Amino acid sequence: MINKIVSTVEEAVAGIDDGATVMIGGFGPAGQPAELVDALIAQGAKDLTIVNNNAGNGETGLAALLKARRVRKIICSFPRQVDSQVFDALYRAGDIELELVPQGNLAERIRAAGAGIGGFFTPTGYGTDLAKGKETRLINGRGYVLEFPIHADFALIKAERGDRWGNLVYRKTARNFAPIMATAARCAVVQVHEIVELGALDPEAIVTPGIFVKRVVRVASSAAASDAGSQAA
Amino acid sequence: MNKLNRDQMAARVARDIPEGAVVNLGIGLPTLVANHLPKDREILLHSENGVLGMGPAPAAGEEDYDLINAGKQPVTLLRGGSFFHHADSFGMMRGGHLDFCVLGAFQVSACGDLANWHTGAPDAIPAVGGAMDLAIGAKQVFVMMEHLTKQGESKIVEHCSYPVTGVGCVNRIYTDLAVIDVTEQGLRVLEIVEGLSIEELVRMSGVPMRRAQAKAYA
Repeated sequence: MINKIVSTVEEAVAGIDDGATVMIGGFGPAGQPAELVDALIAQGAKDLTIVNNNAGNGETGLAALLKARRVRKIICSFPRQVDSQVFDALYRAGDIELELVPQGNLAERIRAAGAGIGGFFTPTGYGTDLAKGKETRLINGRGYVLEFPIHADFALIKAERGDRWGNLVYRKTARNFAPIMATAARCAVVQVHEIVELGALDPEAIVTPGIFVKRVVRVASSAAASDAGSQAA
Repeated sequence: MNKLNRDQMAARVARDIPEGAVVNLGIGLPTLVANHLPKDREILLHSENGVLGMGPAPAAGEEDYDLINAGKQPVTLLRGGSFFHHADSFGMMRGGHLDFCVLGAFQVSACGDLANWHTGAPDAIPAVGGAMDLAIGAKQVFVMMEHLTKQGESKIVEHCSYPVTGVGCVNRIYTDLAVIDVTEQGLRVLEIVEGLSIEELVRMSGVPMRRAQAKAYA
């Protein structure tokens, strides 16, 4: 019997080694797998490369992981925010490496990894500082930049409902990076608000088919906390 | 001269968004455009975090932090709206499916280069978000900004001194002084505020501009 459900967040993050690349879902407060990140902090893995749209807000979640000095490098699109003080301090001290990626290129590089694409030419960033040193090409008169996929060892994501095969549905804009991160990681770990019986999810509405998911854990939180009121993308 | 205030600028941009258009409004000044979209037109707002058919802010107490916009503020969903993941959302841009985006800017050059993501200051922490995707990703890219900086320097320039976000990507500029098209023949003034001459506008801007049949701007 296939059963991807694990009973604790500790089991869910087991096996994340030092030096691993870990994708963390979420855009602002929506879709942050906060309990999985807390479990990762407790688990102790260090020297991590983190892939997320941002670089932590306030003092909790990803910011707490950074503050615990577990992160060697972050790949993200928008680190600087009003409440990104933990990242800002590490960055200014030279204690964290930043790979800044335009948001759509970040998404597409993650998607490409999951879809087995070796690289792709994108118009985003052409002619800008973020394309410096990268291979470019004119295709039908338009400039494109060669970008490579981002693979991960683990993805920590949040979904609304899941079943024991790992099928998932999401809630509103909490979906954001989760479906593509699930495809790009060797081991996708999902915290869900609710676990349902096989067959309870409408097959026409399943967003992430279970093939992309390795572990599902129930965490009884629902909508994102309203205190994460940061601004800007 | 009758400079436009931020709401008047937003209202002016909104007038140019036609029935049926799909539009992304950038963070900051462009967000105001939503308040002025004509009620008799069906216009779909796209938000890059994965919403098409975004509605206005919810009533106090009705906020759902799983339903936010790119500025991470709570929003609502119109009937018929949809949610999708980030790769689809940016595919909508890059794939040329969006009709318009409206962006703020530090500078726009005479050939339509846009600078709006980074001041380039050595101590600044860079952050780009979706700015570069938006710059190249809509059929029409509108910029909405004050014409001059607080120091009185023109934000329309011959060449951007700030790091660019996109090359030759801006189609039209709405400032508090004028509406200007970026064309292959250079900048073309479509509208100008009352009490300001084209000659004076060009002198303030330091960039050549041609006169279209400039109408009063209000």
